Amino acid sequence: MSDLPGDLLYTTEHEWLRREDDGSVTVGITDHAQAALGDLVYVELPEIDQDVDSGGDMAVVESVKAASDVYAPIDGRVVAVNEELADDPEKINAEPYGDGWIVRLQPTSDIDESELMTPDAYQALLDEEDA
Amino acid sequence: MPFIPHTEDDTREMLDAIGVQSINDLFDEIPKKLLAKTMGDVPEGLNEMQITRLMQKRAARDGAPLCFIGAGAYEHHIPQAAWDIATRGEFYSAYTPYQAEASQGTLQTIYEYQTMITALTGLDVSNASLYDGASALAEAALMAVRSNRKVKSNRILLAPGVNPTYEKVAATIAGTQGLSFERLPMDAKTGNSAATLADPGDVVAVVIQQPSFFGTLEDVARLTNWAHEHGAMVIGVVNPTALALLQGPGQWGELGAEIACGEGQPLGVPLSSGGPYFGFMTCRQKHVRQMPGRIVGRTTDLDGQQGYALTLQAREQHIRRSKATSNICTNQGLMVTAATIYMSLLGAEGLAQVARASHQNTTRLVNGLCSLDGVERLFDGPYFHEVALRLDRPVAPVLAALAERGILGGFDLRNVSSGDALLVCATETKTESDIDAYVNALGEIMATEGRRSA
Repeated sequence: MSDLPGDLLYTTEHEWLRREDDGSVTVGITDHAQAALGDLVYVELPEIDQDVDSGGDMAVVESVKAASDVYAPIDGRVVAVNEELADDPEKINAEPYGDGWIVRLQPTSDIDESELMTPDAYQALLDEEDA
Repeated sequence: MPFIPHTEDDTREMLDAIGVQSINDLFDEIPKKLLAKTMGDVPEGLNEMQITRLMQKRAARDGAPLCFIGAGAYEHHIPQAAWDIATRGEFYSAYTPYQAEASQGTLQTIYEYQTMITALTGLDVSNASLYDGASALAEAALMAVRSNRKVKSNRILLAPGVNPTYEKVAATIAGTQGLSFERLPMDAKTGNSAATLADPGDVVAVVIQQPSFFGTLEDVARLTNWAHEHGAMVIGVVNPTALALLQGPGQWGELGAEIACGEGQPLGVPLSSGGPYFGFMTCRQKHVRQMPGRIVGRTTDLDGQQGYALTLQAREQHIRRSKATSNICTNQGLMVTAATIYMSLLGAEGLAQVARASHQNTTRLVNGLCSLDGVERLFDGPYFHEVALRLDRPVAPVLAALAERGILGGFDLRNVSSGDALLVCATETKTESDIDAYVNALGEIMATEGRRSA
């Protein structure tokens, strides 16, 4: 059973988003995703000010057994990256929804929430994958 | 490992399974005009005795000429032990040792190879090798684009001394991925890059070959610093024999090159009419995740014993699929085994002796040739073991006349440089009498034939 904070939105790519007060959006991977990847050894981060399109890859998380792309869940511009992951990628394993955040985006178009999932909908996806 | 050919039934069954009529149908996407219709000199099946006789007859046609051609591949003495050991059953495979528990010897050999190549190039990490020098440059260019993400362009600048064949191969492989290759201007006197260079704009990397294709020594410190000042990375294309005497790319200029690559053939691999050879590549630790190819690492097992295993495999095709650093996912394991044994047998001092003897022989050759009327150096300045010469007449007939006398006199620069020019090389394999024979032969030819009227 993986942990799913109720104040976040989720994607089918096992990422989470938090809408911040300043209008930006913080993105990370879910507890389920970090558990599936295993111990992370490296995170490749995008450049600040880089423009990303919804669905395009923007970062890479690499574990001892796999490497996986992190996709942009919305259209946006990269306004911050979690530099601490360079030295300590296992923060993602330890706190996927906290210190393990990956990228902060400033949306460049309206966010279509129908493309995203509520905690319940994401839980349903996980249950389906387990079944 | 036994070689087990498929029976006709096996082949039929496989073709049926994928719904294809014949093996040739698998090659349908190759345009018809590119297919070789006939293979004139390749006969239909012959028995062993017939094929041995045919191949001996054809080999004899080559004779045993004295070779003064370099231009990217170099004839060096290879101690007998190198290939005696490399072709032992335990080593005799080109395959990647994925199974660490069954491949410690092979993995250790590759690890030793990586250690030696990093020492020669003055950089931190080496991969387990690539196909050849030319494709290694293509991979280095692609790697630079992945690494130097601050630069938004895909432009790569090449110093004038970069092997023109390497440029063609790099443009073929990397051109389809949007990279463009441009040449820096040449100083006509030295053959190296021009003394003053304009602001290049957005450039991902500058490629510097040392020694240059023309054998000259580029001012690598100046070019490296210039590249770094303009935000470009530096890729050094180097000759491993020369590195026994010259600075490794990691030491060029104030910061050093970030990536080095080149042709590994001079390290114990015979000329063999052009291959198989191997490419080498090293880089700074910082860029290791963008480096293509396999890497062997040293580790300890559960009992604390030293062991070797492939490492950082998440970069590779079997894990990252289309996002892999490269989809040319092989190494030249057997060539690298021979190279590792070659370097071990020679040691650092032995390799330096090979380099010095090659330089001295080339000096003797060039002094002799330039004493002839109608022969002069094309460029001024120091050189390693190869020199470009200007002739007062077309080069091809001169080379043909030399070949008739059993001398392969060099590489015709007709398609590379303007005018009639020839690239010559004398490695440590040449004796004084070999060199004198070349000088005398060319003297006779120049005295009798085909001067271009002024």
